[in-house]
Amino acid sequence: MRNALAAGILAAVACGIIGVYVVVKKIVFISGGIAHASFGGIGLGFLLGINPVLVALFFTVASALGMGIVSRRTRLPQDTVIGIFWAVGMALGIIFVGLSPGYAGDLFSYLFGNILLVPTSDLVLMLILDAIIALVVFLLYKGFLAISFDEEFGTVVGVPVEFLYLTLLCLIALTVVVLIRVVGVILVIAMLTIPAAVAKQFTYDLKKMMLLSTLIGIVFILCGLWLSYELDLASGATIVIVSGVLFMVSFVLRTLIARRRPIAQPP
Amino acid sequence: MANKELVRLEDVWVHYDHVAVLEDVNLSIKQEDFLGIIGPNGGGKTTLLKVILGLVKPSSGKASILGGTPQRNRKFIGYVAQNSLFDRDFPISVQDVVLMGRYGRVGLVKRFSEDDKRAALEALQNVEMLDYKDKQIGKLSGGEQQRVLIARALVAKPWMLLLDEPTTGVDMPMQTEFYELLARLKHSMSIVLVSHDISAVSVYVDKIACLNHQLYYHGSKEVGPDILEATYKCPIQMIAHGVPHRVLKEH
Repeated sequence: MRNALAAGILAAVACGIIGVYVVVKKIVFISGGIAHASFGGIGLGFLLGINPVLVALFFTVASALGMGIVSRRTRLPQDTVIGIFWAVGMALGIIFVGLSPGYAGDLFSYLFGNILLVPTSDLVLMLILDAIIALVVFLLYKGFLAISFDEEFGTVVGVPVEFLYLTLLCLIALTVVVLIRVVGVILVIAMLTIPAAVAKQFTYDLKKMMLLSTLIGIVFILCGLWLSYELDLASGATIVIVSGVLFMVSFVLRTLIARRRPIAQPP
Repeated sequence: MANKELVRLEDVWVHYDHVAVLEDVNLSIKQEDFLGIIGPNGGGKTTLLKVILGLVKPSSGKASILGGTPQRNRKFIGYVAQNSLFDRDFPISVQDVVLMGRYGRVGLVKRFSEDDKRAALEALQNVEMLDYKDKQIGKLSGGEQQRVLIARALVAKPWMLLLDEPTTGVDMPMQTEFYELLARLKHSMSIVLVSHDISAVSVYVDKIACLNHQLYYHGSKEVGPDILEATYKCPIQMIAHGVPHRVLKEH
């Protein structure tokens, strides 16, 4: 149980920071592609008999870079590229799992997450990845803001747009790996979008939004964890449903507040 | 002060999917120019600006800024893209939008300094938007946003300002104020203004060029009738695109 709490908080930090970029830069679909492609790495881990999360780390970063480079340097439409990587990554995972000897018993926990089964070794990995994410965002904050707001203007004033974009995709890949144990490959996209989307309704400051969405993520995960325990439901799915419901509540709340207090006029 | 050449386009052709958007365009823009480029939508106006900035590579011909490649020297140009490009709902304050213009001076990892922040406030003051510095960008009207984007272009102290359809979505009283702002700025930098709004442009600019795949450069605009006559020499396809002649006659 203590591992579950720690895993929840570590997951909330990663998705709180990176989810903000996913939401404001509107790169939800490519994040979904990265998340699903990671299953190829899980499968490869099973096949090689190595910790699947560790293999997924390298596999996911590679597919994120692949998606980013192919969609930027060719004239293929970006969503087409994402769709292909998305499906091929998952298909590879299925083939790899099929080829692995023995019965892949905990496969489901990678697909749908099981926060109650996170081993301490994976917690350490999650902590390291969180630290890398926080450090890179701290260093490149200004650049990530520039490419999220206006890539074209960034290019003109000398922002290394492609480098920053690919770096951001790698950070999304790391976040996916952090989240796999908690909500699973299929549901990762929920944690990358919902906490940040809720936070966005209450602040116009990107840094505050990161802080807020981290806190919101912690609340979502703990609520989901508690409910899944009380009702004996799958933890990953319960966390996502709690998040979805609370998103709707916050949306309605925000709309009501906005209606009562019209947007203040400038002085 | 020598009237130095800032931008030069030589025999520039641009094709998108084998369709020519710019055909053999030659253009020279000098330090003291206030140039209006008019022409129908789809005539290649935005493409022309992007060629100058090195965002679009010509299929043949050459673009240069201050004698160097656009990629190297575009930092000397302040670019104001078409109004509608960014997300109105983006969580960013007016001041942070303007600060982005300083990026080229600061580099990848370093933070913005006090100097950068002071420059951002000065630029906002220059466009009379200082009071709005802490507002979220989407809370401003179209005309106010346009001013902020000009401040963002000015904050790097450019030699030239490139404006792409700057009055789209700006109401009439704000448009007049906006052109007066440009009239003030033109004393300290070269300005290139792209628009399909021929009437407004011809009042304020000093030189006019017409662009409809090919560029017809009319040189300086001494008095009203000159530009009138010159624009009539525009190719018929531009007139056929619905630019009303009577608008020009008013001058």
